[in-house]
Amino acid sequence: MAELDTSGKGGGKGGKIRSKKASTRVDLTAMVDLAFLLITFFIMTTTLAKPKAMDTFWPDKTKKDVQLPVAATRTMTVLLGANDKLEWYIGEPGKTPPTVDNFGKNGIRKTLIDKNKEVEATHAGPDNYMIVLIKCSDKATYKDFVNMLDEINITGIKSYGVVPITPLEVNLLKKDGLY
Amino acid sequence: MARVKIPRKSTAIDMTAMCDVAFLLLTFFILTAKLRTEDPLHVDVPAATIKVPVPDDNIATLEVGRGKIFFGIEGTDIRKALLEEMGKKYNISFTPAEENRFAVIPIFGVHMDQMKQFIGMSEDERKKLDQPGIPVDTTNTSELFNWIYQARIVTKNLHNQELRFTIKGDSHEPYPGIQKVIDVLQRQAVNKFSLITSLKNQ
Repeated sequence: MAELDTSGKGGGKGGKIRSKKASTRVDLTAMVDLAFLLITFFIMTTTLAKPKAMDTFWPDKTKKDVQLPVAATRTMTVLLGANDKLEWYIGEPGKTPPTVDNFGKNGIRKTLIDKNKEVEATHAGPDNYMIVLIKCSDKATYKDFVNMLDEINITGIKSYGVVPITPLEVNLLKKDGLY
Repeated sequence: MARVKIPRKSTAIDMTAMCDVAFLLLTFFILTAKLRTEDPLHVDVPAATIKVPVPDDNIATLEVGRGKIFFGIEGTDIRKALLEEMGKKYNISFTPAEENRFAVIPIFGVHMDQMKQFIGMSEDERKKLDQPGIPVDTTNTSELFNWIYQARIVTKNLHNQELRFTIKGDSHEPYPGIQKVIDVLQRQAVNKFSLITSLKNQ
């Protein structure tokens, strides 16, 4: 098919008559066509990018758990508000004014790393890691929530929890225009 | 003057190498790719830096988007058994033919009383249908609660393994919508589940 015989019959002057040897070459064009057709089919119908799974662990609600006394200075509360913004404070709500922050490398990630180091330096071991409480307001999107958990994973925060937001904290968000 | 004859060359190209490459690529695609499933909600999955892939079997997906919740589960045997159990629960009897049709639906979001009609539809009709999502509330009798509960029992019975749950949420879904699903899972002591994300750079 893809082979044009242009070699011509060279002379043929009184030579010996030889038995024709069949060529061992197989025309692969059709096979290549088929293979590429199949490749195209597979590219169209399948997906290569496998979705990733972020494992999360939540407290058992059915059990009455024992509450451990934790120093307020070791807890950092992150409030997720509207417009992909958040604010955080250390300790108890209302006592320390919250700081507005955003996601990303120079936002909450830097804060988490810095504050974690601060807490480790100012508290006696072995339990001197920072505890992060994530509180999502009704205006926060799922993306913010996943971003926040991702930042926790990146910064290697040992202990964190997702807690319902209180009206007091919603007011804090409102004050900063994030609700 | 004698004309100089230019020896004409054959135009045949050796296809062997090209054929090798084509089949190598084909093999690669067959082995690595996963069949794309139709996604009725068209959710836009948020990105994160997690690199753990979603496992393939014994997995149920709760898809949340536009305020609706869809439920999908892997494995045709599990789907069949699950439909039978849910039928018993809601006093709807499904014929084996209906169970077989249900076994190829990867994800759905219809009420139990619409299920018979939904199964009877052709694939095109199902695509066009604006599915209302699975009803959910804060009690232990909502349809979503029962789907999850029965799915866990069926998986345990058939495969003797714990069913794993993943939540596939839309980026722009308000958080309370996700919290509703998490609450349903937590009420039946499913405290470990995964959130589906796509990969991004740090």
